[in-house]
Amino acid sequence: MTLENVLLVSGAIFAIGLYGVLSRRSAIALLMSLELMFNAVVIAAVAFSRFTPPAGLADGGVVLASDVQAALTGHVFAVIVISVAAAESALALALIFALYRERQTVEITEISELSK
Amino acid sequence: MFSEPLAWLIIGLPVAAFILNGTVVRAYLKSESLVAGWITIGAVAGSFIISVAALIHVVNNGASIHEQREWITIAGLELTFGMMLDQLTAIMLVVVSGVSLLVQFYSQQYMHGDKSYVRYYSFMALFTASMLGLVTSRNIIQLFVFWELVGVSSYLLIGFWMERPSAAAAAKKAFLMTRFGDFGFLLGILYLFFVNGDFPDQNLLDIPTLYEVIGAGGIAASVATWISLGLLMGAVGKSAQFPLHSWLPDAMEGPTSVSALIHSATMVTAGVFLIARFFPLFEASNTTELVALIGAFTAVFAASMGLVANDIKRVLAYSTISQLGYMVMALGIGAYAPAIFHLFTHAFFKAGLFLGAGSVHHASGTFNMTYMGGLRKDMKWTYWTMVIGSLSLAGLFPLSGFWSKDEILTVAFERGSDDGLAIGWVVLVAGLVAAFMTAFYMFRAIYMTFHGEYKGGAEAEAEAAKANDEPEPVGLGHTHRQESPWVMVAPIGILAALAIVIGFLVNPLIDVGPINKHAFATFVTARNENVFVYEGKHGAGDNGHAEADDHGDNHSDKSHLPDAIHSGAEPHFNILVATVSSILAAGGIGLAYMMYITGQVSAANMGRRFKSAHTVLLRKFYFDELYEDRITIRFFYQRLARFLAWFDITWIDNVNVQLSKLTGNVGRGLTNVQNGQTQTYAAVMVIGFVIVLLAFLAWGA
Repeated sequence: MTLENVLLVSGAIFAIGLYGVLSRRSAIALLMSLELMFNAVVIAAVAFSRFTPPAGLADGGVVLASDVQAALTGHVFAVIVISVAAAESALALALIFALYRERQTVEITEISELSK
Repeated sequence: MFSEPLAWLIIGLPVAAFILNGTVVRAYLKSESLVAGWITIGAVAGSFIISVAALIHVVNNGASIHEQREWITIAGLELTFGMMLDQLTAIMLVVVSGVSLLVQFYSQQYMHGDKSYVRYYSFMALFTASMLGLVTSRNIIQLFVFWELVGVSSYLLIGFWMERPSAAAAAKKAFLMTRFGDFGFLLGILYLFFVNGDFPDQNLLDIPTLYEVIGAGGIAASVATWISLGLLMGAVGKSAQFPLHSWLPDAMEGPTSVSALIHSATMVTAGVFLIARFFPLFEASNTTELVALIGAFTAVFAASMGLVANDIKRVLAYSTISQLGYMVMALGIGAYAPAIFHLFTHAFFKAGLFLGAGSVHHASGTFNMTYMGGLRKDMKWTYWTMVIGSLSLAGLFPLSGFWSKDEILTVAFERGSDDGLAIGWVVLVAGLVAAFMTAFYMFRAIYMTFHGEYKGGAEAEAEAAKANDEPEPVGLGHTHRQESPWVMVAPIGILAALAIVIGFLVNPLIDVGPINKHAFATFVTARNENVFVYEGKHGAGDNGHAEADDHGDNHSDKSHLPDAIHSGAEPHFNILVATVSSILAAGGIGLAYMMYITGQVSAANMGRRFKSAHTVLLRKFYFDELYEDRITIRFFYQRLARFLAWFDITWIDNVNVQLSKLTGNVGRGLTNVQNGQTQTYAAVMVIGFVIVLLAFLAWGA
């Protein structure tokens, strides 16, 4: 397993998500596609963190605290992104629910009053 | 020099009468006020007196050509006008004003009680002024203006009874058909104007200057041919020659007095006048054979339609076309003086015949000869004057028509026998055939109108129409079988008297007292420093013509033509031609006598035996059908107009429609750029980003 392989998976998932965002009409599907893009980014962040260790850890010498912090940066990013995404999903779902009650639809093409 | 203000007064008096009648009398007096007649008669009488004075002056002192005056001056364009009183003009002046005076006098009774009496006299004054202006014009543009003015007054007078649809249609037809010819005339003028660019110091539009330039051989035969073809087209339209002849019979819808003045004696001779006026140009061109052919064909062609017409005015109209053909063919073979002489004599006897027809109408209320008959006993004066007119028209010795017709035939004979030209024989045969037909149809008209039993006149015609369930013919009057009042008879009598004597007196074969041998022909062809220099150049050594020869293709047979203008200046009399034409004319009269008096030859049988020919003649060779149905409706309306409509709709209109659709579509497409859908914006953004990225990867930083 190399960085390239993981990044390819990540890029593929990102592209699938992007395609979903641009093409789907349902707000739910849009939200799901957005989650895919988030997760692709998370995978990329973790992969970079895993396959590119800081120089201090790799040379077998004294392990400094700063080296450990540097090695965990990707993982921390991943945790933060996941939590933010969860919050965002909750908020977006709430908006979608409110929208559905108002319009009986979640098709985003139907809600374009401002452009008309 | 004849006093110039006096010369202008010839035109000015009728113009004043026109304005006075049109503005004062019509506005402040009744529309049938007799004052209008007196004003016009007075003005025309004034013109006539001055015209006679002018003629005497020209006879004694030669042509009097007044200076050119500036008319319009724009950069590169200088138009002049002027008064030209040469021999031809002087004769035309006397003919026009003289016949006009008699007709105006006659009209007092003929138009009496018409609700538009004032309008009639206004237009007649306008016509007389225009015609006098036409013959005195010195500049070709000036001539063209008057040419159009006589066309307009002819239109107004043919359509004088405009409440009749047939009169309105006839007026339009006359106007449009002559306009067709005028188009050619205008093209000729334009070409002349174009040629004028080669003569920076001279104004070719000025007629005497044109004569000089032609005399000096300055105009090549090819150029002269094109110009003269244009002028010929104008003359053909105005003089109702084939193929633009069919308007003149219809023009008989106007009052008979109008027909007498405009459509027999004066306006229709304007075409002949035009060819005569530009005779040197025609002589320098290759057009003369065409002129002769058109005239010869028309002379026979029109006479043949006159054989079967039942309307007395139409018979006279066909006769007019035929006689105009005579004049045109005479000009075509270079018989200048005989042509003008025939114009001169024809004006008097034909006007007399028309006025006689008006007088007959006054008595019988109709022009249809099948409802006349027996009027001889009631109208002695009209009868005898019309017989004299007809004899003169038929060309019987010693009436005026004999002398002029014989001159033409003699010149044709000489062209054929002495000069060996085929065209001379063609013209001679056409002239003889037309002479026979003329004698026949004129005496057919006389016998149908004045002899036999009276057939009821207008009332009988109205009853016959009712019996056949046809609409009553328009223009029927009341019948009162008696001689017309002296106001009408006197002008006819004067014209008949002229028809007897004028041919011999004016142009005698021998010296008669103070009148010299062949005075008219000598006068009309008199050499004048300003006019026929062409002849002088020719005498001086053929220089002028030699150059023209280089340009012409078929000039070899034309070497006689430069002095052709003097043909007829010497006495022409050929006893053989005179005898043959007289026998033919007498034969025509005899045939008419046998058919319509003794009945030895049955007209009805003849009609049956030659049924197809008879029908063709009655239908006027189907020319009305050709022009109105085939050309106007089938071709112009149905083909040309439809094609143009199609072109207009599919191309001119459609290009605009498609252009506007294109802009609409582009605009509608561009609205997608801002459709309010965030996804679209995002997609565009992504695509743009990808493009930038790919570009970056491809070409680097």
